[in-house]
Amino acid sequence: MMLEKFALRSRALLAGAALSALLVAPAFAVTPADTLVEGFAIDDIISMDPGEAFELSTAEVTGNTYDLLVRLDLSDTSKVKGDLAESWTVSDDGLTYTFKLKPGLKFASGNPITAADVAYSFERAVKLDKSPAFIISQFGISGDNVAEKAKAVDDTTFQFTVDKAYAPSFVLNCLSATVASVVDAKLVKEHVAAVTPSADYKWDNDFGNAWLKTGYAGSGQFKLREWRANEAVVMERNDNYFGEKAKLARVIYRNMKESSAQRLALEAGDIDVARNLEPNDLDAIAKNADLTTTSAPKGTVYYISLNQKNPNLAKPEVRQAFKYLVDYDALSTTILKGIGEIHQSFLPKGDLGAIDENPFKFDVAKAKELLAKAGLADGFSVTMDVRTGQPTTGMAESIQQTLGQAGIKLEIIPGDGKQTLTKYRARNHDIYIGQWGQDYFDPNSNAQTFASNPDNSDEGKTKTLAWRNAWDIPDLTKQTEAALLEKDSAKRADMYKDLQKTILDTSPFVVIHQQLEVAGLRKNLKGFALGPSFDSNFVGSVSKE
Amino acid sequence: MSAAENQVAARRGSARAVTVLSAIGRFLVIAITTYLGLLAVTFFIGRVIPIDPVLAVLGDRAPANVVERTRREMGLDLPLIEQFYIYVKGALNGNFGTSVLTTNPVMTDIRRAFPATIELATLGTLIGSVIGVPLGVLAAVRRGSLIDQIVRIIGLIGYSVPIFWLGLLGLVLFYAKLQWVAFPARLDVVYEYTFTPITGFYLLDAAMQGQWDVFYDAFRHIILPASLLGYFSLAYISRMTRSFMLNELSQEYIVAARAKGLSERRIIWAHALRNAAVPMVTVIALSYAGLLEGSVLTETVFSWPGIGLYITNSLQNADMNAVLGGTIVIGSVFIAINLLSDLLYRVLDPRTKAG
Repeated sequence: MMLEKFALRSRALLAGAALSALLVAPAFAVTPADTLVEGFAIDDIISMDPGEAFELSTAEVTGNTYDLLVRLDLSDTSKVKGDLAESWTVSDDGLTYTFKLKPGLKFASGNPITAADVAYSFERAVKLDKSPAFIISQFGISGDNVAEKAKAVDDTTFQFTVDKAYAPSFVLNCLSATVASVVDAKLVKEHVAAVTPSADYKWDNDFGNAWLKTGYAGSGQFKLREWRANEAVVMERNDNYFGEKAKLARVIYRNMKESSAQRLALEAGDIDVARNLEPNDLDAIAKNADLTTTSAPKGTVYYISLNQKNPNLAKPEVRQAFKYLVDYDALSTTILKGIGEIHQSFLPKGDLGAIDENPFKFDVAKAKELLAKAGLADGFSVTMDVRTGQPTTGMAESIQQTLGQAGIKLEIIPGDGKQTLTKYRARNHDIYIGQWGQDYFDPNSNAQTFASNPDNSDEGKTKTLAWRNAWDIPDLTKQTEAALLEKDSAKRADMYKDLQKTILDTSPFVVIHQQLEVAGLRKNLKGFALGPSFDSNFVGSVSKE
Repeated sequence: MSAAENQVAARRGSARAVTVLSAIGRFLVIAITTYLGLLAVTFFIGRVIPIDPVLAVLGDRAPANVVERTRREMGLDLPLIEQFYIYVKGALNGNFGTSVLTTNPVMTDIRRAFPATIELATLGTLIGSVIGVPLGVLAAVRRGSLIDQIVRIIGLIGYSVPIFWLGLLGLVLFYAKLQWVAFPARLDVVYEYTFTPITGFYLLDAAMQGQWDVFYDAFRHIILPASLLGYFSLAYISRMTRSFMLNELSQEYIVAARAKGLSERRIIWAHALRNAAVPMVTVIALSYAGLLEGSVLTETVFSWPGIGLYITNSLQNADMNAVLGGTIVIGSVFIAINLLSDLLYRVLDPRTKAG
């Protein structure tokens, strides 16, 4: 009451009588009819350059603003379909991929889209060599040979040559990643900055990277109008888009971090969609007559992992006992309710060959038996690094309690996300709890990190998740590599099924659940759907009533 | 005037100039050592925290070769002392490096964020003093009365209740339930892309451009956080006013004024308050400086894109350049305001004027 009095008084003092109308009948806030406003934590965005961007919220923006040769087929995510490419062929030796572009394509700028633009896009991604560049360069492509390996044969024919006869599904899936987005070469070349070559960077220009960080040179359903770091992303309809035009003129992502703040703004009508909701806010929104919710499983799994440098955790029986000491059912009905689905294999649902068997149940007796077999019948003490925040903290507390029932004393070390990650990457943890999102929509992305570890020494160059947990697996590493070269998709899928079963059984990874991405929306929205990956949350079909 | 007198006067003048010079010199020495200390402490804290700065730039998924190259590019392979030298050299040229989070030069970010904070703190202080001073005077004049008790309770709440809690409460009540104020941000989405700010003070910009609908919208956004900040400075200002006034009211000149038959109103507002105003300036200036640096929680709750939110976000992302730059700017402003209030003190108080 006191506060109200002050608010009233200060308002009266400052604004005078003219504004007192405000106090009588407030109009309900409504976003403009041609604009979609989403409340979204977008503070992870560091660059809008598709050759550099590797963050989850950026993927959503580039997915809507850039086109690719091929794109994930939303009706069957183990396949791709043509986007800019009308058709493609793979040579008999499995090394050369030839793409034919659709006719009459245009960038948002009005420039025609040619095979030369595709080649330039590949060239700059590889030469810039930013975080996602490996998705292309893993095919034996480097700055020195990219000009011949990714080249325009004529205006509408693009040829991509790989170094081994990989499974075509693997190559095509990789080409559906953001890093393979096609940029407007003519426009980008107007904005290149000169660079002095050095040992680390051999080229004399930045391929427009500095400009594209905030600029835009694409052809997607929307064009990027503005990105203000930590504030907002604004997209506008691209009238030059080759496919069906976006229904709304504008989409604004407004940076809002807090679930409760997003809920408030959604209830008040200041935003149309809330994207980072926690279970209690999600519940409240589901009960509100003006609002509704939607969700989609994403390619991110949550897991705990046991560092094999810890002698207790290195015992096979202990690794297995941990899998019986997570109360999956309790987690799924409480802390993960609505935001996660129990999923114990390392390939997320939707991937080629993903299995959705969840063989492990919470079973203290079984776990005790296994611990006794390992000579640890009385349990032991161990630490877990946990990033503060949900759901990790809640999960860790639940696991602490269930481990305790088998005599394992778990000490939780809370920390900031980057702090726990720094420790994890240096292999200094006992147990780590975290998430892993696949880098591109192909089973190899997760297989490579969970099931391969080419060099387990501290100096190892490929620091996969298996390496981070010092899990030395030469045989599995070979199997993972073999799966890459299997041309027959069905056989390839079977190989991943085998890998998942082995990992389920023997690995130091206790995969717990797959993330469900959720959104709360106002009921007047039509056509809003979340896609299977972060770069397929398309907003072009959204309209308002 | 004789030659001797002239000489004395000249000497006195030059003596005064010397004192002023040495005062400025002393101030500069203090300021520079403070800055260097500030730089060193923040820099080394930034380097000893157990967070890999490369991780902050690249995220978890970057391949090992990119991580190594970036480490070299950031100069992190150099000895710590050399890194510090490079940093200080840059900082002296006004270059605080690039923010990881926004990819802009830190100074560009601060130039954008700071007006938002100043606007909020200014309005807050305005509210706090316009209400706080009269309340304090009233409490002093009616010492022990009901109104004194009420002012005391208001002050106590202001001191003891956490601001983020009141902020959330205010949002739930005035925004979610009553819809009197607008949602947490500086402007509504509609205006965000039609309005071009010049100075960065939205109220001022809107008024200058004659866009009264924008002004009204900005006002609806700023009023709740500003009132909250105002409330907290009010708590402090009213308490201090009360005690200064009590002090003045017990002075002999008040008795003399009463004996002369001056009206009570004139005695309180024209004489006692005027004398109490001198120390009040320092109090208000300090509370203003406090709001500038201390509105971190308010800015977080209200998504107010000011310097507090900027530093918080940067801290959470281990963006040390931004944290350092922000700290130094706030430090400078704090020192500047202190200096300014010192000057004002001299202007307002005739006794401090040198003969």
